[in-house]
Amino acid sequence: MSNQIQSIKVWFRNQLTADFSVLPVGISLLFLSIIFQSLNNRFLSGENLANLISQNVPLALIATGSVLMLLIGEIDLSVGVVSGLCASIVISLNVTKGWSPLSSIAVGLIVGALIGLSNGFFVTKFGLPSFVVTLAGLLTWQGVQFTVLHSSGTINLPDGFISSLMSTYLSKNMGYLFALIALGIYALSILNNFRKRKNANLKARSVQASILKFTVLAVIILGLVRLLNASRGVSAAMVFLLVVVTIIDYVTRRTKFGRNIFAIGGNLEAASRVGINVKRIKISVFVLGALLASLGGIFASSRLLAVSTQSGGSDLLLNAIAAAVIGGTSLFGGRGSVWAAILGALVVGFISNGMDLMSFDSETKLIVTGLVLLAAVSIDSVLRSKYRKRG
Amino acid sequence: MSVGKTVLELEDVNKTFGAVNALSGIRLSVLAGEVVALVGDNGAGKSTLVKIAAGVIPPDGGKIHFDGEVVDFRGPMDATKAGIAVIYQDLALCDNLSVTANLFLGREIQNSAVSPLNEEAMESKVLELLSELNVGQIKEIDIKVGSLSGGQRQTIAIARSLIGQPKVVLLDEPTAALGVAQKVEVLKLIRRLADRGIGVVVISHNISEVLEVSDRVVVLRLGKVVANFETKNITSDDVVAAITGSKSFS
Repeated sequence: MSNQIQSIKVWFRNQLTADFSVLPVGISLLFLSIIFQSLNNRFLSGENLANLISQNVPLALIATGSVLMLLIGEIDLSVGVVSGLCASIVISLNVTKGWSPLSSIAVGLIVGALIGLSNGFFVTKFGLPSFVVTLAGLLTWQGVQFTVLHSSGTINLPDGFISSLMSTYLSKNMGYLFALIALGIYALSILNNFRKRKNANLKARSVQASILKFTVLAVIILGLVRLLNASRGVSAAMVFLLVVVTIIDYVTRRTKFGRNIFAIGGNLEAASRVGINVKRIKISVFVLGALLASLGGIFASSRLLAVSTQSGGSDLLLNAIAAAVIGGTSLFGGRGSVWAAILGALVVGFISNGMDLMSFDSETKLIVTGLVLLAAVSIDSVLRSKYRKRG
Repeated sequence: MSVGKTVLELEDVNKTFGAVNALSGIRLSVLAGEVVALVGDNGAGKSTLVKIAAGVIPPDGGKIHFDGEVVDFRGPMDATKAGIAVIYQDLALCDNLSVTANLFLGREIQNSAVSPLNEEAMESKVLELLSELNVGQIKEIDIKVGSLSGGQRQTIAIARSLIGQPKVVLLDEPTAALGVAQKVEVLKLIRRLADRGIGVVVISHNISEVLEVSDRVVVLRLGKVVANFETKNITSDDVVAAITGSKSFS
């Protein structure tokens, strides 16, 4: 028994000192839940959570791209506008020109990818700082967005495939089925890892820690499905987000491409010396980031059932970067995980939604979100200097 | 210790930067299994020499023989592929990656070009390599390199150069930033590289260290080789005299 406690302690300590740990952001979420729930008992109701999650799927998609950008040590300030522009193109083609939803979406995503390609080209070819290139992009693409929407200013989205993206919910049983499939895949991947390490005669990872992790995850997922099922159920958009993030997480942690991303963010010089094609990897990440922003924009338009010159504007860009950083991604490159995007977007969403429920004004919301962001960046900086000292 | 045939040979290598003769008429040979120390005052051309051997900058004239053949390195990757590994002073490790990830950076093991990384195969190889090199001080290999000490990081940098099975290893000031105990460990490790049949070139400013670790000492002065000593026949005074030019040895 004391052995088990020991190994859990070790796991806990590793979590705290690890590069990316869900612990700080997890504790923040727990803390915010307790505060808001005690102030207003509707906060953790199925209805409010369903609403909160669907509100934040677009943000989480855009923030996933921001995490990737931060991992290579770059930043994309045009993601908000890119999301608005691509949504405008998609809706305009679909509604005004009568194109099919899928071909409209395809064109929107291609435009997004080309914008990412152009950003990546200017950054890698001319060695410009990404914040300057993407700041120029912010203005340029906003101009293009206004041109696309020129005649109308606002296009409303009628019922159809695009509007159903955010309004489709799984049946109760499908919700549980999805949760069980996800947990099953996770369990199989853990077992597979144990088997492979055993075959290679490597030291086995702690069984207790794996069981603990699995149990915590299972309780959270099944509990969430139960809560959501009490209202409208699990939304298809949430499932889409989780699938996208799971795939990108796998790519970043388990493939050569992902390893190269972390190496570039950790030490650019070291990465290029061992022959990593830094330019190609960077451009790919710019394209991926812009693609995710475009997807986020399309989901946002589906939720609002319209695009306008305001789409992708306001605080969306800052919230996306805030979500990435609050989730635990380092602004200094090379540290973080795409799960940070979801967790950070949830923190931003919790603050915004919780304060809405308590009818705070938007001024206070901005101030609180700003302070949380400052705290997250400070923690990041302290952790980084700790690294330096030990190095 | 068994010293084998010549693995790296520079023949009349010249390099000028503008009006400055950085290197002129350099002759240097490195045998398999020996440690050659390259010493000289600041600006004597040590770093330029290493950069030429590593393919970072091209020589203006002269020939480089590697493993019996004349080679023409177009870039550092050519030299690496041929079998020359360089360990720079700044080490160039990724602090945010694990020991294993750093050792295999740029040549990760995959079952095929599109497969995920084979972490298990890489970890096994790292454990094997570290135990071969007899470095006990690195216990955990999934720990991030950023949390290791200077000596451990130097060990990782040296171990990393061995993953590509090099025939020659060039080290630029490998002990410059280390404490006494760590220095001893790294010098032992350098000796072990030579025992594996690798030709080792060490740039150093520390003469007592040079006499301790090397088989031969090559002294550069103002871009020329002014002395080529067998370490066992000399004292530190000889080395200092050659470096400062107060005595001629050629």
